[in-house]
Amino acid sequence: MNKLLENAAGKQTMFLGNEAIIRGALESGVQYIATYPGTPASEIGNNFYALQKELKDDPKFYFEFSTNEKTAMESAIGANFSGLKTLVAMKNFGLNVALEPLLPLAYTGTRAPMVIFIADDPQCHSSAQSEENTRPFSVLGHIPMLEPSDAQECKDFTAEAFNISEKFGTPVIVRITTRTAHQRALVTLGELDPNRKIQLKGEFVKNKRKYVTMMPRLHGMKQELLDREQELQEYFEKSKLNRMEGRSMFKNQPLGIITSGVAYLHAREAMEQLGIDLPVLKLGTFHPLPEKKIRDFIKKLKKVLVLEELEPYLERRVQMLAKDVNCRLEIHGVDFRSQIGEMKPETALAAIAKFAGKNYKSSKFEPNFKVPMRSPQLCPGCPYWLAFAAVKKAVDEKEVIFGGDIGCYMIGALPPHEIYDYMFCMGSGIGIAHGIKKATNQKVIAFIGDGTFFHSGIEGLLNAVYNKSNPLLIILNNEITAMTGHQPHPDAVGVENRIPIENMVLACGVTPENMKIIDQGNAEEFIGAVKEFVEKPEVSVIIARRPCKFVENKIG
Amino acid sequence: MANKGEGKKTFDCVIVGTGGQGLITLLEILADAGLKSGFDVKTSELHGLSQRGGSVEVHIKFGKKVWSPLVEAKKAELIVGLEMQECLKAAYFAGPETQYLINKTEVMIPGKELVSPEEIVEDLQKVTKKIVVVNADEICKQELGSAAVSGVYLLCLASFKKMLPLKPETMLEAIKSSVSPKHLELNIKTWELAKKNKKN
Repeated sequence: MNKLLENAAGKQTMFLGNEAIIRGALESGVQYIATYPGTPASEIGNNFYALQKELKDDPKFYFEFSTNEKTAMESAIGANFSGLKTLVAMKNFGLNVALEPLLPLAYTGTRAPMVIFIADDPQCHSSAQSEENTRPFSVLGHIPMLEPSDAQECKDFTAEAFNISEKFGTPVIVRITTRTAHQRALVTLGELDPNRKIQLKGEFVKNKRKYVTMMPRLHGMKQELLDREQELQEYFEKSKLNRMEGRSMFKNQPLGIITSGVAYLHAREAMEQLGIDLPVLKLGTFHPLPEKKIRDFIKKLKKVLVLEELEPYLERRVQMLAKDVNCRLEIHGVDFRSQIGEMKPETALAAIAKFAGKNYKSSKFEPNFKVPMRSPQLCPGCPYWLAFAAVKKAVDEKEVIFGGDIGCYMIGALPPHEIYDYMFCMGSGIGIAHGIKKATNQKVIAFIGDGTFFHSGIEGLLNAVYNKSNPLLIILNNEITAMTGHQPHPDAVGVENRIPIENMVLACGVTPENMKIIDQGNAEEFIGAVKEFVEKPEVSVIIARRPCKFVENKIG
Repeated sequence: MANKGEGKKTFDCVIVGTGGQGLITLLEILADAGLKSGFDVKTSELHGLSQRGGSVEVHIKFGKKVWSPLVEAKKAELIVGLEMQECLKAAYFAGPETQYLINKTEVMIPGKELVSPEEIVEDLQKVTKKIVVVNADEICKQELGSAAVSGVYLLCLASFKKMLPLKPETMLEAIKSSVSPKHLELNIKTWELAKKNKKN
């Protein structure tokens, strides 16, 4: 049996942070899960997908890979309004896409418990586009946000998030970062009876006052939302999610540390190593912040160190709170670290040592070796090798602008290809290509993968056709969402009700003579098509169809 | 691993290689052996883009209580390098006390010139004198017919050579509980090969 389903309360098992999130949701009796894959959140969907197959004769939940994060959020909202306990999961950028339905959800509130799981990627280990910190979205949306530090907390906080959601009728965000998501550690399991009956169907009970977000009712909803936020703050003041630690807490200790997330773990280890035990305020809720608790903590301190990753959002709040209770408080944080990149143990050590006036000894030797950079590569035998090579043969690279997009073919930005002239977010390659075509007389070729096309490429193509520009869009169709671990999409291999990409392209208004499906392995035909299509006066599309090597192996 | 006073209280190990070398499985074996030895264990892995044939670096820490999942700069007790070029990058985690255990294998980087193995060892010696280079791929290929187990071979060797706070018998148990039945026999033979070669 899958270890995620083990019925062994009290047993300790090694779980990845993301697996612990799943376990927490299962222990809470989650009924409906919708997600779109994206690292470092991908394991949520991958594991639920595997569990769904394993449990196909006795399903315990409904699971879907939605077409993007917005549709995942909406799918979950529909289920939630029908009374089902719901989980939505995505990476940080996904929340941008899902923000539109999320904000009104905060206004209407939830009907059943609902948790939104978000994984940020400081350091951009598996991300392009930006080093996004999703914390402020909780403030923007008036939505509670919990931040677990380790795998155990991933499980416990997820369960608590469902409780909070139930108690207050609000969606609850659980936000983690890469080193929590991909940290493997011991987790003590809770109850999970494999024979329990989970209700898979709910009922939508009409309630226009609750679910229709129109004025004048909307302002009433906003008032309720603000009231709820106030109640949540009071609840978080007493919640165990926010706790004070440290033996010397009640003594006349002039120094203290406020921290959260993975930074808390670094702080604990650093103090152990420095042989000090400063009082720590460990925050498990970023929003609403337990302001009273923070005020109490900093009231008598001379100096406080706020240890957090990326932008100093917590530190700024502490600065504001200190004005009320301790205006002479010395506040450190971002002056001891960078806002760029993830927090490392040595950063926490150096910061705490400096803060506490301790000596942090480290070897002075800085290796300055000539290290050849190994950038990510397309897999051997990947069909994209052929596509990039053919396009480079077909046109003069200097005369064409190349647009990239997000997926395995991002690697086209790196040596030896180095083909893209711009690369932004999911689906933007074709959208931006249209703007360039309108603004210049230059030729533009935009690339997109099949998964990303379904995620958010369709809109850009539709706009280009509707507003009459003429970029060439090359859809690299390997028939699977490969980058994040081979998840299905509407036209993926193995999907029962496949919705062919070419139908979508034609539906966007591309004419049949401006669309061609070619296997890029047929180099001559492919090069000929690129040469011809890049000169077209209307939007044209080449679908370069050849399955991912791993898909081929799976089927063959 | 003293638990009182100042100083580091965990045994920290970094494993480096390139995508597809099976580093996550190695972590699972080590984590299991660590737990069987009574330690608290934490690992840090990377998934996604970072696995696409690029550099891969994973961390594992053992101790009475492990807080941070990441190894501190210059403070690794052990660095296991499955690929030579990657060992240079891992020098970030190396200090004078660090033990290097290196697989004498190189994975090409398209369009780039590799640093020679001799130069790499020379460079690393500026950081630490404790460097052991083993032709693990070659040995495993010759003796076991597969270089795929060279990572497991190195871990077992590290245990036999007491570079790890994990007993060889515990490593064997961990292999038995972590490796799939299909590959178990080969992995047990790998452990035996490491036992035979522990003095080399």
